[in-house]
Formats: sequence, structure tokens, C-alpha cells
Amino acid sequence: MFENLSYLTLQHYWWAIVALLGGILVFLLFIQGGQTLLYKLGKTDNEVKMLVNALGRKWDLTFTTLVTFGGAAFASFPLFYSTSFGGAYWVWIIILFAFILQAVSYEYRSKAGNFLGKKTYDVFLFINGLIGTVFLGTAVATFFTGSFFHVNEMHSSFWDTDFGGLLLALDFGRYATYINLSLGLAVFFLARVLASMYFINSIDDKVINERSKKAIFGNAIPFLFFFLFFLINVLVMKGFNYDPQTGVVNMEAYKYLHNLLAMPVVLIILLLGVVAVLWGIIRGYFFYEKCGSKAIWFSGIGTVLTVFALFLTVGYNHTPFYPSVTDLQSSLTIENASSSMYTLTAMSYVSLLVPFVLAYIWYAWSSMNKQDITAKEMEEDTHAY
Amino acid sequence: MEILNAALVDWSRAQFALTAMFHWLFVPLTLGTSFIIAIMETIYVKTGKEIWKRITKFWMTLFAINFAIGVATGIILEFEFGTNWSNYSWFVGDIFGAPLAVEGIMAFFMESTFFAVMFFGWNKVSKKFHLISTWMVAIGSNLSALWILVANAWMQNPVGMKFNPVTARNEMVDFWEVLFSPTAINKFLHTVTSSYVLSAVFVLGVSAWFLLKKRNIALAKRSIVVSSTFGLIMIIVTIFNGDESAREVYRTQPMKFASLEGLYYGAQAAPLVTFGIFDIHKPTMENQNPKVFTNKFEVPKLLSLMATLKPNSYIPGINDFIKGNEQYGIVSYFDRIKMGKEAIGALKVYQKERGKNDSIANAALTTFKENYKYFGYGYYNDPYDLIPNVPLVFYSFHVMVGLGFWFLILFILGLVFVLKDKVQDKRWFLLTALWTIPLAWLASEAGWLVNEMGRQPWVIQDLMPTTTAISNINTTSVMITFFLFAVTFTVLFIAEVRIMLKQIKQLKDGGH
Repeated sequence: MFENLSYLTLQHYWWAIVALLGGILVFLLFIQGGQTLLYKLGKTDNEVKMLVNALGRKWDLTFTTLVTFGGAAFASFPLFYSTSFGGAYWVWIIILFAFILQAVSYEYRSKAGNFLGKKTYDVFLFINGLIGTVFLGTAVATFFTGSFFHVNEMHSSFWDTDFGGLLLALDFGRYATYINLSLGLAVFFLARVLASMYFINSIDDKVINERSKKAIFGNAIPFLFFFLFFLINVLVMKGFNYDPQTGVVNMEAYKYLHNLLAMPVVLIILLLGVVAVLWGIIRGYFFYEKCGSKAIWFSGIGTVLTVFALFLTVGYNHTPFYPSVTDLQSSLTIENASSSMYTLTAMSYVSLLVPFVLAYIWYAWSSMNKQDITAKEMEEDTHAY
Repeated sequence: MEILNAALVDWSRAQFALTAMFHWLFVPLTLGTSFIIAIMETIYVKTGKEIWKRITKFWMTLFAINFAIGVATGIILEFEFGTNWSNYSWFVGDIFGAPLAVEGIMAFFMESTFFAVMFFGWNKVSKKFHLISTWMVAIGSNLSALWILVANAWMQNPVGMKFNPVTARNEMVDFWEVLFSPTAINKFLHTVTSSYVLSAVFVLGVSAWFLLKKRNIALAKRSIVVSSTFGLIMIIVTIFNGDESAREVYRTQPMKFASLEGLYYGAQAAPLVTFGIFDIHKPTMENQNPKVFTNKFEVPKLLSLMATLKPNSYIPGINDFIKGNEQYGIVSYFDRIKMGKEAIGALKVYQKERGKNDSIANAALTTFKENYKYFGYGYYNDPYDLIPNVPLVFYSFHVMVGLGFWFLILFILGLVFVLKDKVQDKRWFLLTALWTIPLAWLASEAGWLVNEMGRQPWVIQDLMPTTTAISNINTTSVMITFFLFAVTFTVLFIAEVRIMLKQIKQLKDGGH
């Protein structure tokens, strides 16, 4: 069935998959958000333990999604993979480092003989929560604002500034830096909002739930501020555009706004997503008694939709999704960065597995989640973190 | 592609070797113990005996400690292809990326989802669903091994692809050929079965320690039954598929084959050097016929037999490849380098003239296609640079094979003693089993050294020199990250080992 699709359609299909994985990943970053709230929401050892265990049973879903996102990007848009990872070296290395620290922390934190002590592992979790969200968000913003690289005729890529991409977040003389960082911070605070909702949903403990409720509000305000700053800037700024016939890249005023208007479906998904996130926040905070535990679903799905729509905005409608500001014509598009038609077709068949994967994840977790986590369970479970 | 600075190449390689070898400390144990646990839990579900649940849970705890650090050290490998080997990622990403993506979709989610059920689901899901989950973790882990090994096998024997001169990269033309290449099948089977052996040695060794300390006798004996049986079956399979792998290497990577046997000079009815000490002299342009071994012990005709199943066949040596051997149809490396340079030159002309001057472009394309087979050789000038580190490959190979046979003996002894119910009295055996634990890792890592060092100087056999595959970044950055990884992984490794030892030591009789 995929053989009948055109090369361009396959490229669009794969960008949509990358976008969807990106959306799911940002939603699942609630784990990272939660890791930054452990000592804010938990004041006693047992409270912290409940929080850690609520996160600790699902952390590897986020981790796996990140790895799959990388794998999918490699398989479908290898030139993006080689250019971005090989160029923005330090950005990615720091992100990866934060995830390396996370991977051992749950399992090791409360085990005897763990060498570094429980507090250290909790600090690792905090570092992962902070860097995982801020850096990933900032990196995604550069899809809109551009990076510094060029690609030669043999498709070898070169980064044009020092410090392997870190200047994208640290060069405060550039206005784009603020846009980049604003998305990073928006993701950070959103992850904390989502984490608070998740705790209300999965922990049966009045004190923790009350604190979580307050945390929803406390983090929603900065989230909205940074997110709106990012969104408004993106909509009014000059964006990157390419000519579908010649592939020549140029700057276009209001490019991303034009994209949304040219693709009303994407606009609707974006609006639905934003509304759902807000609705979740309102339910979680203002109607907490009645329906607070469902808030995670609204804001979670809203997050997936919003990020999905943002990725489509930056990749579709003749837009280079990984633009270069130092050499416009080196900008990467879904057409010039993609795998061959054969590989995209073959991988499209593999993508049919995704619904099955989602189905068994759903099944496994619905049988595991029948009861909320309680203080009593923590005492009895020999494998609690 | 161009050859980049040597220090950067070295540091990039050092970092990859470091991270890969660290990762491999944990992976084989995961691959094997996941099945051993699944077998134990199956016995529990079938017999309903609580002791088996206790045994399952104990090994499962060790499994989780090991699994966590396996995940931690694994994520960097997936992204390192991009961060440190970006030219590689473009040149072959069209083929190499696919297995990595499939691995994520097919295997990682399976592992992580059912891992959670396996650990936290004892009282939440039915016995049956729990057992299925444990098996799913085992299958998921092994599936992930399949895909990454398919990718690795492709680097040894690139099949199912074609070079696209327009995009200047290799593109996949046959997914099934990549997946079912004999190299991939051999590599997968040999790697996973040898990992099962490692896990069995681990379970056997730890159980032996319990018996030495006269603790947890019931748990230890039962664990010895399972691990010796599982290990014995798997070491036999490993020896057989290892033998098959050797022939596969002979067919697809004859230089690697010659290196792992230290065969500098080709020979009819070639003997197998079972033990040898190198005279170190590597052949060079100035010293083309060095003495190879100072001491050696050989078995006549065995190498010919191993490589071709015919005891009198001719096995080409390193010299045959450098200088060529018309009688056996071997094109010399001197000629390959010449043809490779032709191909590289023609590709440049084609890229430049395409769309401008079609007749020149087409002529260049024809020249390119005629010489493409040896494309990668064109990046070299001295054929002697194309020889891997022979002593290292040779010693690693012999250590691996020798230890393989030692494990065979160990499992047989273990099984005999435990079935006769005498294992607890054989102190020498218990001590030996305990001290064999590190040897299992030595054998496993040695196997990877043979595989990866034997392929050098290629990152993809005959196609892409390692020197052209790296990212265009500054050497200092890679140096810093090398040490960052070295320190972090060492610290985490210490933590892992300490936690494991603590878990083993604190297991009380009858309690958990």
C-alpha cells in the first residue's frame, strides 16, 4: 500500500510521525517535571517515596520515546540526524548525560550499598528534570529560529560557531536566544503542571494532592507567560521558506502565521491543543474536588496536539524544518534531508506496528493502575524505589 | 568524505570503544538472565512451589540493577552515531537508521512496559499475565539485540544497498537482504547464545558462592540446575554457530579472518595456530616479509578445514591481499587503491558536471560504477595501512575460543555434581565456578574486539574508512566527553557492583 504513495507524500507522512513522537515525548516529560518537584511536594521521607514511585513506574516510557524519536529521525531524515547531533554536539551531549543519570537513579536511590547516597540520586533526578525539559524545548525552538551550520556538496555538515550549539541558548545578544529559551522554559513549567496533575491522578494521599493542586497554579502562570511569548514571536517573525521547484531558501515575513492559515487543519489542531491544556489546568485547579484527577488527560492530550501542530507548522508548506541562519541554502527540509523512497516505504510498514504497541501499553497499564499508590503499599512492596 | 585529523579520529574511536564496551558489560547479562528468570517463573507457575517464586524474585532483583545501568549506558550509543559519527550517519543512514528505529518501536517499548509489570505487578495482575510479561521482557530484550546486531552485521558485510551518485550516499534497495544476510543471522545467533552462556556462568557462580558460605542451599542448588542446563545447551549452540561465523568471516572479510589466525603468508592445507606469541613485526612497505611468531603450537590442516571444510584448501594470508594472488583471483590492495582513486575522482567529476555537461557526466558515471567496488580503498595510499592490529585480534580470538571450551567443561561438571547431589561438597568446583564469573565477561568483550578491531581500518568493510566517518567537531570537545563518560560510567559501575554484592550478601535463608 505504501508503494503507491509519492516520495513527497512519504516524506510528509514521516514528518507527521516524527511530529507525533515529539508530541508524545513532550507530554511524557511530566516525569521530568515531577522529578523537579519531589522535595516541594514531599516533605517527609514517605511522601517523597510515594512521589518517586509514582514516577518510577513510568519513567522508562519517556526514555524509550526519546530513544525512538532519535531512531525515527535517523531512519527518516538522516541528514537532520547527522547535522544536528554532530553539530550541536554539546547541546545533545548534555541532554544525553542528563538521561544517563536518570536511568540508574530510580533503581539505585534506596538500595543498600549504592555508593553515592540517596540524596545524590535525587539530585540526578532533579538535574534530569531541569535539563531534559529546558534543553529539549530550547532545541525544538531552533527549528523555528535557525542554527549556525553549513552542509557541503557531499552532505558533510559543519557547525559555524564554537561551543557545539550552546550559543543558541547563551548568546544573549541575539533576540532569537530569548525565543529559544522561552520555549525551553515553557516546556519546563508545563512538565511541572502535568506532573502535578499526574500525582493527583495516581497517588491516594490528601496532603500530596493538596500541594499538587497548588503547584498546578503556581507553574501554569510562568508556563503561559513563556509559551505565549514564544508563540506570538513565532507568529509575527520572519520565517524560512523554500521554493518547491528550485529548492532555493528565502526569508518570508509572517511565514509561520501564513503556514497556519494555509493549513487550517493544523491551525485547528493547535487551537484544540491549547484549549485542552488550559481546560485541564482549569479543571485541575478550580474544579479540583470534582474532577481534578482527570485533568492530566485533558492537558496531556492537549500537549500532544499542540506540539504535533507546531512540528507540522515548521515542516510542512515548503518550510525548512531545520534552517541555517549562517547559510540559508544549507537549510534542511523534509525533501532534502530525507531517506530514500525505498527506505521511507519500508519504514512506513514498520510504522503500522505503532497502534499495536500503543494497545499493549494501554492494556498493561490499565491492569496495573487499578489502585492508586498509597503510603501502605510503599511499606509492603519489597521492590519500591 | 574526506580524511579528518588523526587525533580527532583517535578520540572519537576511543570514546565509542569506551561507551560500547561499558554498555556490553551489562547487555549480555540482561539478555540471558531475562530468559533464566522466565524459566524459573514458569517452574513456579507450573509447580506452585513458593521456593521457586523466591528464587525468581531474587534473580529478578539482580536483573533490575543490571538492567538500569544497561539502559543508562545504551542511550548514548544510539545518539553517538549522530554526535560523533555524523559523516557515517549521512553516508549510510539510509540503511543503518532503519534497524535502529525498528529497535525502538518493536523492542524497547516491549521491554519497558512489561518490565514494569514484572516488577510491580506481582499483586496487581494475574499469575498468568505476570508470567507472560516476564517472557515478554526476555523476548523484547533479545529483539532489541537482533536489530542492533543486524545493523552491526551490515557494517561487516554491506548488502541490500546501492550507491546513489546524486545524493552521494548508499541507499537501501532490499530490506530483507539486510535483515536476513547470513552475516546478520550468524552474528545474532552467536552474540545472543554467548550472552546466555555468560548469564549462566553468572548464576552458577553466585550460587556457588552461596554454597561455599553454606547459605540459601535450596535456592542455590536449584539455580545451579537451571543455569548449568541452560548454559550447557547454549555453549554447545555457541560453539557451533561460532564455527559457522568463522566461515562467514572467511567468505566476507578474508583480511579479518587472516588476522584472527595470524596468517601472514597464505598456505595450502593451512595449520591452525592454537597457541602463539607474536614477534610483533607488522609487515610494512619496508619490511614486507616479517617473522610472525616467536613461539607457536599448531594443529595441521585445521585452519583450512575450519574455513572451507576441506583440509587441503588454500587459505590466503595477509600478504596475498596486499600483493594480490592471481591464481586465487585476489586483486592486490595496490590495484584496489588505484581503482578506488579512480572512483572517487569520477564521482567528483560527475557531481560537478551533472546537469551541465551530460556527456562528461555520463562518462564519469561509467568510470565510477566500474571502480565502485573498491571506492573506500581510494582514501588510502599505503596498502599496509589496511591491515588491522593483528596481534590484538589474534589474542582476543584465542582467548574467546579457549574460554568457550572451558565453559563447556564447567557446565558439564556443574550438572553432574548437582544431579548427584554432591555439588555442595566440591569446594574446588565451587571456587572455580565463582572465579569463572569475570572470565565470562572477558570472553564476551574479547569477541567484540575481534569483530570490531578485525574490521579496521574500515567502519564499513571495503566501503568507508573509519577516518572519514567522524563528525567535523573539535578534538578538545571529544576529549572532554571521553573523560566525562569514563568517569561517570566508572562511578555508576562501582555503584552497580556494590549494590549487587550487597543484594547477594544480604539474602537470608528463607527470607527475601
